[in-house]
Amino acid sequence: MSAFRTSGPARFGQYLALLAYLVFLAFPFLWLISTAFKPAAELGSPHPSWIPRDPTLDNFRQAFDEQPLLRAAGNSLLAALAAALVAVLVATPMAYVLARHRSRLTAAATGWVVVSQAFPFVLLIIPLFLVLKNLRLIDSLAGLTAVYVVWSLPFALWMLTGYVRAVPVELEEAAAVDGAGRLRVLVSVTAPLLGPGIVATALFAFVTAWNEFFFALVLLKTPEKQTLPVVLTHFLGAEGVADLGPLAAAAFLATLPSLVVFAVIQRRITGGVMAGAVKS
Amino acid sequence: MRYGKLFTAAAAALTLLLAGCSGPDGRAPDDGVIRLRFQSLAWQQESVEANKELVREWNAAHPGIQVDYVQGSWDSVHDQLLTSFEGGEAPDLVHDASDDLADFAYGGYLADLRGLLSARLRADIPARSWETTTFGDGIYGVPFLQEPRVIMANRTLLRQAGVRVPTPEHPWSWAEFRQVARDLTAAMGKGRYAVAWPLKEPVSVSLNLGLSAGGRLFHREPGGRAVLRFEDGDAVVPGTVRAMVDTDRTASPATLGSGGSDTLPGFFGGKYAMVPLGFSYRQQIVRQAPKGFDWVVLPAPAGAGGLAQGVSPQTLSIAEDSPHKKEAARFLDFFLQPRNTVRLARGDWMLPTSTRALADPALHTPAYGWATGAAVARHLSPAPAPPVRGYPEWKDKVATPAFQEYYSGAIDTAELRRRLVDDGNRVLARYQRNMK
Repeated sequence: MSAFRTSGPARFGQYLALLAYLVFLAFPFLWLISTAFKPAAELGSPHPSWIPRDPTLDNFRQAFDEQPLLRAAGNSLLAALAAALVAVLVATPMAYVLARHRSRLTAAATGWVVVSQAFPFVLLIIPLFLVLKNLRLIDSLAGLTAVYVVWSLPFALWMLTGYVRAVPVELEEAAAVDGAGRLRVLVSVTAPLLGPGIVATALFAFVTAWNEFFFALVLLKTPEKQTLPVVLTHFLGAEGVADLGPLAAAAFLATLPSLVVFAVIQRRITGGVMAGAVKS
Repeated sequence: MRYGKLFTAAAAALTLLLAGCSGPDGRAPDDGVIRLRFQSLAWQQESVEANKELVREWNAAHPGIQVDYVQGSWDSVHDQLLTSFEGGEAPDLVHDASDDLADFAYGGYLADLRGLLSARLRADIPARSWETTTFGDGIYGVPFLQEPRVIMANRTLLRQAGVRVPTPEHPWSWAEFRQVARDLTAAMGKGRYAVAWPLKEPVSVSLNLGLSAGGRLFHREPGGRAVLRFEDGDAVVPGTVRAMVDTDRTASPATLGSGGSDTLPGFFGGKYAMVPLGFSYRQQIVRQAPKGFDWVVLPAPAGAGGLAQGVSPQTLSIAEDSPHKKEAARFLDFFLQPRNTVRLARGDWMLPTSTRALADPALHTPAYGWATGAAVARHLSPAPAPPVRGYPEWKDKVATPAFQEYYSGAIDTAELRRRLVDDGNRVLARYQRNMK
């Protein structure tokens, strides 16, 4: 039962405000879709409409003709999937230790994870570039993936720590009492319960890598290796001039995977961050 | 396990990644062929085609020196190049704009081209264009395409208002421009404006057009030190724009924060009769204008400085770290042959700096305002500020907010002058401490 009761009109007002907020949030995306299907002449219309008067697929055709979108999407997919996998593999055991073993060291580690989020990437990019160069990982998707893993690790760790805390330690203790060893407890008891959290974290890392632009721009030199966000900027000229139709069409397609992924994980992200916050 | 497939897919991706995409060691294959990496920022389809075609022609004719075309992006190009230069991984040939070169030139990242360029190329581009890429004693880029600011005008509305249509030979003065705007606004009716000034980037517009009124703002003292002075000529363009918005109500206040593209729908719909824009915006107008829309390209108004205005041309440079500077310079010489520069200019809807290219009849046709642009090109000068060290900070922290507040009516001319000059000179002084 809710601790807060609201009257009918207040509830109506809340929903109205929520609806207005949703429309506000959805506006850019809906406009993007509308633009993607408008012919060039309609893009400059002084009386813009939500529904294209003369819908066309020309922008999509032009986008695919001018830029290697499929190849770029393949590169993005490869880097994002690999980044998600490695981030989860690295973050899961770390999160377990941080959640289950409380000490000054784990407190310091958690603090460092939070602090590390504060560094702007422009501060990191040149040292990072030099490190990757020494490792001969410049201009390679493997190098880019390594950067994505490091970039998404703090938040992934934070999310997973919440999920681990949400798994009652009593279950592990019960399994141990029944004679299960440490590894058996982790594999048979903890891991299955962490499954949804791990997937949510992996999808978060995937979306972060899928959308990332600047590292990919700086680290990849060969055109064949460029990722989707970098290729999208090829529709942009100096001083913000853009080839609007094809850009909107390509951006619309590039947004779809992120949307799908977020539709899947949005509840679980909240669950992961909030898990363990309140004692049951 | 439910999530098994997902992880199998991710693991497969990782394996592929590590197996097939590991990084190269940065060296060319040892086949005796010199490989040059050319990062171009061309983005319009015709321009990209022209660039790629020229690279193909070069590669076919020079099997020993192969050029790899890499498409860069204007977005974040400065940060991308800076990181590449710092990391020693910059392209051999770099496409950029002259107002972005100062840091790279002074930082030692770009090769001094004086001993590398052919006499033909040096002679073909006017001295005033070379000035835009000269930093200290060296030349750090070849200025090859330039874009004046012109006025895109709705010919039907001009005709209906009965105003004189200017030509490069008989341009409007700034005072006449203001009067024409009054006449036009009166003829157009309520809710419509003669002019839409897209002033999202107010500094370059104010400074570059300011040259026509004799403004410079940046002055060199003996010894090379740059100082800011706000003189009568500097006040003409900002004062005219402010008066059109505030006093005359002939310019829309709504577009002061807009980019050029944002004003086009209102231009097509007859809400604005004239929009001052870069020359290359013609391409967007051609693509987006409604059928039958009658438009014309007019020269920007002239003042004490005639039709002069500042430009920051697009440039091609050679990285200092490139092991093949001579070969890169040979490619530049081919790439910027007059006939090739014409192809590049037409692809980008811009004007070449090359004197011989500019004489090409293809750039003197009245269609789409090419002839007006070609006539204006003779009056273009280097933008007054970019070679000055500290200019980017002055522009971002002092001038942009000051001009924005001035145009919106929040501060007056005295305050604008104080901020641009007093605050500005403090910024420049920090960068010029070691100069006498």
